[in-house]
Amino acid sequence: MSERNSDLMLSTVHLTMRFGGLTAVSDFNLEIHKNEIVGLIGPNGAGKTTAFNVITGMYRPSEGKVFFMGRDITGLKPHSITALGVARTFQNIRLFREMTVLENVLVACHMSIDTGLFGATLHLPGYRAREAEARRFSMELLEQVGLAHLAYEKGTSLPYGQQRRLEIVRALATRPKILLLDEPAAGMNPQESFELMDFIRRIRDEFDLTIFLIEHHMQVVMGVCERMYVLDYGVTIAHGDPASIQKNPKVIEAYLGVD
Amino acid sequence: MNAIRQKKTIALSRRRLYSVIAVVAFIALAFIADRFFDAFTLRVFNLCAIYIVLALSLNLLNGFTGLFSLGHAGFMAVGAYVSALLTMSAQLKEMNYFLVPIVPWLHHVSIPFLPALIVAGLASALVGFLIGAPVLRLRDDYLAIATLGFGEIIRVLITNAQAITNGAQGLKGLPRFSTTFAVWAVAGLVILFMVLLMRSSYGRAMKAVRDDELAAEAMGINVFRVKVTSFTVSSFLAGVGGALLGHMITTIDPKMFTFTLTFNILLIVVLGGIGSISGSVISAVVVTVLMEALRFLDEPMNLVVFKTQGMPGLRMVVFSILLMVMIIYRQRGLMGNAEFSWDTLQGLFVKKGRKGGDHV
Ligand SMILES: Nc1ncnc2c1ncn2[C@@H]1O[C@H](COP(=O)(O)OP(=O)(O)O)[C@@H](O)[C@H]1O
Ligand SMILES: [Mg+2]
Repeated sequence: MSERNSDLMLSTVHLTMRFGGLTAVSDFNLEIHKNEIVGLIGPNGAGKTTAFNVITGMYRPSEGKVFFMGRDITGLKPHSITALGVARTFQNIRLFREMTVLENVLVACHMSIDTGLFGATLHLPGYRAREAEARRFSMELLEQVGLAHLAYEKGTSLPYGQQRRLEIVRALATRPKILLLDEPAAGMNPQESFELMDFIRRIRDEFDLTIFLIEHHMQVVMGVCERMYVLDYGVTIAHGDPASIQKNPKVIEAYLGVD
Repeated sequence: MNAIRQKKTIALSRRRLYSVIAVVAFIALAFIADRFFDAFTLRVFNLCAIYIVLALSLNLLNGFTGLFSLGHAGFMAVGAYVSALLTMSAQLKEMNYFLVPIVPWLHHVSIPFLPALIVAGLASALVGFLIGAPVLRLRDDYLAIATLGFGEIIRVLITNAQAITNGAQGLKGLPRFSTTFAVWAVAGLVILFMVLLMRSSYGRAMKAVRDDELAAEAMGINVFRVKVTSFTVSSFLAGVGGALLGHMITTIDPKMFTFTLTFNILLIVVLGGIGSISGSVISAVVVTVLMEALRFLDEPMNLVVFKTQGMPGLRMVVFSILLMVMIIYRQRGLMGNAEFSWDTLQGLFVKKGRKGGDHV
């Protein structure tokens, strides 16, 4: 592994998250390299979302550390972590209720537009240039994923699959280096899931991204993930390439009676 | 393609023309009001402007940032007292402070209205910042409780700081600075400020915080900073509104700034539509006019067949019922979170004929 350390994007060391007596994530050691697509799988309640929440700064870990591109980001606020280049989506879609599709994406550009309250309110030239650039960039993103014609619709009025796509676009608008997707295929039929996995591979290539995604149905991500980690009751029971994971007796046992 | 674009440009310039006409018409109305309205009517007319400022200030928090504050009267009190103390002449102060003399450092301060108004806003903003910064770190529910407490504390402080505020006696004979021009100029500026703010990226960030705090934070928005900014700006506007109110009524005392005042503003915001600038403006005018028009309800009535004793507070009962009816049938207020536009007005014309009046 040492020769690849230079392109290590995201890693965790002994990451542990306890809620009272419950250990949701226990001694999680993750390594993701540039341009990889890595999966995090496990039955419901295994601690996958919790791992995301700790990595993105929503929770402070009980123990352990999170590193992003060689930098210790443990305990940073979520917005600072996003600013460094870690973007995420949510398992239960969290679009901005009252906003149009375009506005949803523009919110994610706020970091790059922000010239302070007064610069923005007075629409000073510096602000205007950035706002115009953000609009151009957002529309371009929407075009790339085929949502441009819906730019002025309310985000929450879109069909489910498109809402998921919009959440991904919104995350992309923060100009991330790594994208964390929490069950992006949830609620989709096999055909839609298949298209989505294709889409994920495409954005990885187009945006030079690294992708870390959660899925609880193992089969969905078999095709797209290069490596995967398997959690069960917070414990990492396996990690490796899809073929070896599929054969792993511990994994099969964890999934028995669940799927 | 070109034809469509041309049509769009024409529509845009037509709307702009309507807006200019409306503003000019309103300025003309203000001039007429100032010259020809009787003192009482003019006062109600100007009170509308002050309530527009106050309603927008609360709506910025409540409607646009999703923060529930119940301490608005406190911030108004800070603004009203600061501006009063900065503008009253030394002689006037001596007349007011007959129980306990005023502290020397305030005795001879007397500055013009405009800087006093700005300092009043800034003082209120500072207080808002000092309260907001610790409380906004906590869950949102605590803000309502903390600001409610703050409103009371401010009143107790003002009542007891006799040598500075003249305590329960209050201050009388404030300079009558809140002219028709002054109040409507401020209201116009505040409306413009709010419209521009809400059309900007910062306004979008506030709405994002309101819609989903967690998602906003994940999109790189410093939620805490946005909340504190919103709270501070809202306090500034409340301070300015309070100062204008003081210089209109020309008498202020701690009892003026009770929770009832906050409630009145909250009423305007909710009736107008949480998260709508035009809703707050329309509602501020309607509620202010109704408050005065329904004043007879509080007084003894002679209904030919039977006479009633005065029932102070009956007015507020009517308003509370109005509020409940609104909440039952139209939860989101008059405008919801939509904004007035010439197109919707035109829609009303075409469908239902004339409805609604002037709008700035
Ligand atoms: N904020 C929290 N407080 C208490 N328990 C939590 C919290 N978040 C998650 N949990 C618990 O941690 C465990 C893992 O949850 P989660 O990470 O959502 O699982 P997954 O995403 O793998 O389905 C569950 O038992 C859940 O109830
Ligand atoms: Mg989950």
